Amino acid sequence: MLRFGVVVFPGSNCDHDCFYAIKQFVSKDVEFIWHKSREIHEFDCIVIPGGFSYGDYLRTGAIARFSPVIGQIREFAESGKLVIGICNGFQILLECGLLPGAMLRNTSLRFICKYIYLKTVNSDTPFTSSMEQGRVIRIPIAHGEGNYYIDPDGLAELKRNNQIVFQYCDANGNISDNTNPNGSVENIAGICNKAGNVLGMMPHPERCCDPRLGSSDGLAVFQSILKSLTVSQ
Amino acid sequence: MEFVANIVVTLKPSVLDPQGNTVKEALHSMGYNSVEDVRMGKFMELTISADSEQKALDLAHDVCNRLLVNPVIETYTLSLKAQTGGAV
Repeated sequence: MLRFGVVVFPGSNCDHDCFYAIKQFVSKDVEFIWHKSREIHEFDCIVIPGGFSYGDYLRTGAIARFSPVIGQIREFAESGKLVIGICNGFQILLECGLLPGAMLRNTSLRFICKYIYLKTVNSDTPFTSSMEQGRVIRIPIAHGEGNYYIDPDGLAELKRNNQIVFQYCDANGNISDNTNPNGSVENIAGICNKAGNVLGMMPHPERCCDPRLGSSDGLAVFQSILKSLTVSQ
Repeated sequence: MEFVANIVVTLKPSVLDPQGNTVKEALHSMGYNSVEDVRMGKFMELTISADSEQKALDLAHDVCNRLLVNPVIETYTLSLKAQTGGAV
């Protein structure tokens, strides 16, 4: 059975949501990983959940980067295993350099908590392999600093390597300034690393896996992970 | 010896500062139209124990580069002075 680990930092608050979604719908074998852990090699996929690690002091994700588990995650990722960072988890991956770019405050200066539409612009990753290219999913966001920034050279490189995975769009998949909730460069909501085994995304797939919560579109992300891990085993 | 480093972290000029823009617009609505730009940032004061001013300065730059500043979006200025003795 595929083994998932959900990292817990002081201040993580989506850890139980991720745990529940995975256990209920993806794999029975899921465990919490305390941020001081130095033993993560037995897992198949690491989830860095949302929340406010270390109170988001200094910058979002800036202090979490120094937790012992991050060194382990770095090795884990470099060995080609799957790492997904959601919301604060994405911010942590940016701060520790596993993904390029940085987060700024939302242009509205507001904390935004609502359902949005997301376009899968790269279905050729382990996190989107069960979705067709261009598929639109309905999924919640909940963040104050999700305004993704990268300089023009960095953006060109993201495009060259096909690293943009998700973009904010409308129900029909149209991507425009009107469908950009937070000011992100090119409506970017999720990116992967060059190798494709590390994904960061601001929206919360774990919050829309159980149909009782209004949408089960997020399940596609976890099903993709399951599919690609099953194939590779 | 003790030194005090004053560090000001701001977003790079090339990075949009939504908070600064909002404050600028508020000032304009108050009639202060001569305020052409507002950039928000963070101020940090570090008290550093070091053998020399150069060592304190090197350390301050080091912590800026490694933790206090995210070079992707931010830049900083740093000033250092020796802590004068006497009552605290």
